Amino acid sequence: MTTRLFGEPVQRREDRRLITGQGLFLDDLGRDALAAAFVRSPHAHARVRDIDVSAALDVDGLVAIYTWEDLPERVRDPLPLLIPHPALTHGRTAYPLARDVVRHVGEPVVMVVARDRYLAEDAAALIEVDYEILKPVVGIEEAALGSHLVHDDVPGNVGAHLVQEVPSRAGLGAGRAIDAAPHTLAFRLDIERSASTPLEGRGVYARWDADDRSLRVYSSTQTSTSVRMAIAAKLGLPLPSVEVVAPDVGGGFGVKIVHPWPEEVLVPWAAMLLGREVKWAEDRREHFISSAHERGQVQHVRVGFDDEGHVLGLDVTILHDHGAYTPYGIIVPIITATQLLGPYRIGAYRVEFSSIYTNTVQVTPYRGAGRPQAVFCMERTMDRIAAHLGLDRAQVRAANFIQPDEFPYDQGMVFQDGRPLIYDSGDYPESLRMLKEMIGWDGFPAMKAEAAARGRRLGIGLGCYVEGTGVGPYEGGHVQVTSDGRVHVSTGLTSQGQGHETVFAQIAATELGVPLEKVSVVTGDTRRFGYAVGTFASRAAVMSGNAIALACRKVREKALRIAADALEADPRDLEIEDGLVRVVGNPEASVPLATVAVLSNPLRYAFDEEAARATQFSGATPMDRPPVPEGEEPGLEGRDYYSPVRSTFASGMHAAIVETDPDTAEIRILRYAVVHDCGRLINPMIVEGQIHGGVAQGVGGALYERMVYDGHGQLLNASFMDFLMPYATEVPAIETAHLETPSPLNPLGIKGAGEAGVIPVSAVIASAIEDAEGLPIDRMPISPAELYELRRAAGR
Amino acid sequence: MGEALHEIALTVNGVVREVRVPGRRLLSDCLRHDLGLTGTHVGCEHGVCGCCTVLLDGEPVRSCLTFAVTAGGHEITTVEGLAGPEGELSPVQRAFSECHALQCGFCTPGFLCTVTALLRENPAPTGEQVVEGISGNLCRCTGYQNIVKAVHRAAELAAEADATPARTGEHA
Amino acid sequence: MKPPPFDYHAPRDLGEALAVLAGAGAGGKVLAGGQSLIPLMNMRLAAPAHLVDINRLTGLATIEADAGGVRVGALARHAAVERSADAARAQPLLRSALRQVAHPVIRNRGTVVGSLVHADPAAELPAVLAVLGGSVRLARHGGGQRDVPAGEFFTGPLESALRPGELAVSAFFPALPPRAGTAFREVARRHGDYAMAGAAAVVVLDEDLRIVSARVACVSAGPVPVTIDVSQVCDRRPAASADWAAVAAAVRDRVDPEADIHATADYRRHLTGVLAGRALRAAAREAAGDGRDAGEAGEPSDG
Repeated sequence: MTTRLFGEPVQRREDRRLITGQGLFLDDLGRDALAAAFVRSPHAHARVRDIDVSAALDVDGLVAIYTWEDLPERVRDPLPLLIPHPALTHGRTAYPLARDVVRHVGEPVVMVVARDRYLAEDAAALIEVDYEILKPVVGIEEAALGSHLVHDDVPGNVGAHLVQEVPSRAGLGAGRAIDAAPHTLAFRLDIERSASTPLEGRGVYARWDADDRSLRVYSSTQTSTSVRMAIAAKLGLPLPSVEVVAPDVGGGFGVKIVHPWPEEVLVPWAAMLLGREVKWAEDRREHFISSAHERGQVQHVRVGFDDEGHVLGLDVTILHDHGAYTPYGIIVPIITATQLLGPYRIGAYRVEFSSIYTNTVQVTPYRGAGRPQAVFCMERTMDRIAAHLGLDRAQVRAANFIQPDEFPYDQGMVFQDGRPLIYDSGDYPESLRMLKEMIGWDGFPAMKAEAAARGRRLGIGLGCYVEGTGVGPYEGGHVQVTSDGRVHVSTGLTSQGQGHETVFAQIAATELGVPLEKVSVVTGDTRRFGYAVGTFASRAAVMSGNAIALACRKVREKALRIAADALEADPRDLEIEDGLVRVVGNPEASVPLATVAVLSNPLRYAFDEEAARATQFSGATPMDRPPVPEGEEPGLEGRDYYSPVRSTFASGMHAAIVETDPDTAEIRILRYAVVHDCGRLINPMIVEGQIHGGVAQGVGGALYERMVYDGHGQLLNASFMDFLMPYATEVPAIETAHLETPSPLNPLGIKGAGEAGVIPVSAVIASAIEDAEGLPIDRMPISPAELYELRRAAGR
Repeated sequence: MGEALHEIALTVNGVVREVRVPGRRLLSDCLRHDLGLTGTHVGCEHGVCGCCTVLLDGEPVRSCLTFAVTAGGHEITTVEGLAGPEGELSPVQRAFSECHALQCGFCTPGFLCTVTALLRENPAPTGEQVVEGISGNLCRCTGYQNIVKAVHRAAELAAEADATPARTGEHA
Repeated sequence: MKPPPFDYHAPRDLGEALAVLAGAGAGGKVLAGGQSLIPLMNMRLAAPAHLVDINRLTGLATIEADAGGVRVGALARHAAVERSADAARAQPLLRSALRQVAHPVIRNRGTVVGSLVHADPAAELPAVLAVLGGSVRLARHGGGQRDVPAGEFFTGPLESALRPGELAVSAFFPALPPRAGTAFREVARRHGDYAMAGAAAVVVLDEDLRIVSARVACVSAGPVPVTIDVSQVCDRRPAASADWAAVAAAVRDRVDPEADIHATADYRRHLTGVLAGRALRAAAREAAGDGRDAGEAGEPSDG
């Protein structure tokens, strides 16, 4: 069998356990653990005057009730502000349990621990909290007026304000470039809130070993290493006494990168205090009102352009709703601001955002992380330009593309990682050519006219994006070959369905020349690998993939060195194929990698027959040098890290054909086409799966999903009944094609793929509906009722 | 004062299991926490997501919308019971893996149970029937593309298995 | 999201069930399919003191169809009624509406009578019962039994004429007269969701195939199913020459739906008119013998 597995659609190795019910998700663990539940604020903004727990004390099976007053130092402090930024002048984070003021419906106020979750909920229902209701601040523009404050000490509700300006080559600022342009347009765009909503909510399960004074915590997280450090710091434990494991995680999509959640601090703390295992598995309502949302923005756009549609100046002002707290800083609006230009080279650009507090659930990255809003803005702008000039929409885009010979291309801004925004590679004209061919762009007007003749209303739309992927600072990989010939790979970042066990094994098998089934991969377990950042920003394949490849190369080098000794050959004449190190051109002269692993570890004791080869009387090592040569370590293993100078930039283009019902205003996607470029593909089957899932989430964001708050700050649709995640019946067939423009920045030539699918969908669907209806579409999502109201307002 | 407990016997994956539960114990919690069959997942507890779907007397139902006491005396098949006695995967399980119809795997047990029943009733469904058949199960990862593919593939595999009587396993 | 505690009762026969219900009074709640009740309990929006589980009363799982109509027992699941060829023959509207009820898995468990008692104006079956002029049979301890016609059964959103201590033992869906047709149309945000608007229609023709009676019951159009007779607007014309736009307008003008997070009131009103028009037109086609209504495929635009 071949060991060249990079690029092959290898079937996933995680599937077997998941299709037989043997996966282990958070709530599958700790069957005997006590259960936690929380009393959460029913008000969007209120002062906690008194908490009366007396009625709850009679609940059979109650173990403990905690309020903020009960928490010790450090545990009781506000949660960390994870990503400070100089522009975030008024960052605020929540207390793990409300201290005095609650700032959104769902904020935890009291923690209850009981024998099981039913009883914990019974007790929680009996706890009476006396609130003094304060004026809720809801709605981004309302909040920006600043007439009522979310935090008393944050004037105008403005958490952050940031301006980035890129003058034109002639040194003109955006304002002047726009004023001087032959054509100008100004308009406003709205994007509503959605959320990650993985099907498994958050969850934490903690075991305190009182004898060993050590803590093991399982969390459904996208970053176990960082949760570990946060817990050690909060609980005052030495880092080596805390281990955090991400078990099977039922989806993340961003929400599980935030940490430590209040529950991630409180559950381990309670487990230590009680000397009992404690578990909290978030329920669906909690997930809606107590985790995180994203997307909500209002954008004001001004653009100047010439007769061919070249953008000469673009000025975008963004109001970003970040909810009640800013634990994750201002990453989302920074990404919107910096990724807005997409594949385009434009004259001058100015972007300004204000990140605003509201009495709603906090806003942190959800797959795409600010990019769907950015692409909505840029692509709506392109369509407006085309409409204004009477030009083909694809042609206007092509006129503004960065050309293949212009890479690396410096957009002149600072990206979310604090580094220059320089695109590494891409081929945008070819992507567009492929897309137009796939969807039948040039033939569409005839199709549309023919449908119209039969009373049907069709429209076509497209959208282009560039996505910074694989942000640093680093990831690592550890690779160990044991004396049975097995290869054990570990990396610190976590997995939520991306197939890391498979793709990292493909990389290791290819690099080491071993069969795939000899390789096992562990992710997200601090017992195996303690240094990592996490899984987000389409970075896992780029970061850990390259780190593992580099670690494998170290192992390979060492294996060849040891095998060369054993075979009395030159390492440069050796190759590894199917787990055998052999002399090129002389298949007889070979040694199994398993034996090399034995020889790598000079032993005193023979544990088994194989190990006897490496003991002191076996003659394995020459007498004239120490058994472990200088500069070497025992064992056939290697560890390496990958830390890039800057991000890689993947890209893609989508197109859709939609049909709108002239009577019911129903909107149906008839075709959806994707051209995607994430550099070299490790496993095309998995990349396609990522795209499919992203597009489906994008369809949700374009046509179905929104978080509906009323004026009191109540989330009106905190259930899957009313938060409309698409079913199979709502997602069209998705056609995909790949373009592979390798990244010059990393050894494997890869770019990230995790978020790509979701990014342009709202822009594409808006473009297509606008084409079908002839009405400007300037907000997303759009429902049939909204389309009907738009028609009415336009007098149709 | 504790709640009244009810003694019930459930036949789960062919094995009679006796358990004492309060009236309000959801079947999902009973399977997961009382019987240790954690393959059945809980995604919403209001009957929308379909993660908790199990077969009750062969019919797919939401175990989060069923009290364990009501299921007493009935037969239940969970994802743990879909493979054959020697662990050989059913056509539906094989097809899901082959077609990459799962990513995080959390919704998968519900889909597997739903599709197993769907193909038993309709061994060769049309595309429309497949989509309708899985329309009550949410998946946040796959965009359903490969799940639809897998249902068709499972129908093929089951038909092949039927045509080869020597082979055992789940068939329609 | 775990249900609050309750006293659980699992009667073995109807008499025992009625006795338990009588004893429980206003604190008693019947559990049949549980597909509407248990979500409410899991969210702790419903907390009955006594739950009377009728799932062992298999004698109530009946579907009796004859020339007069279909009587559906309290334990007959949606899926069983949907599959029943006899029921579909006796009253085809039942099957076409049931296909729109939630998703197949929910229909495996949910019951027709339970859905009627739940009395959600956004649900399909109340509209079906209303447009057909069916009835619900209520029994109580001590032998009393009463049939409540649809028009009196639905008293408000999630409210019915069912009194504490009563058990709805069956519902009756009358058959159609000769030369009659039915159709059901709805639009939901997602397939299987509660409809933003919908219409169950019955059209009866005379011997010359002219429309003599045309009725719709509208879903999500008011606090209860809104039944509207548009026979006059149809003006005894044959289906092909009826003024369907006027019919749609007549329905639209007579409903007063509320807005919610999924649809504005105006859109609902408009949509109700469109769907009522489509349903009536399809029912008229069916009545004229142009084949059983096949659903929405190729539905003409109503302009």
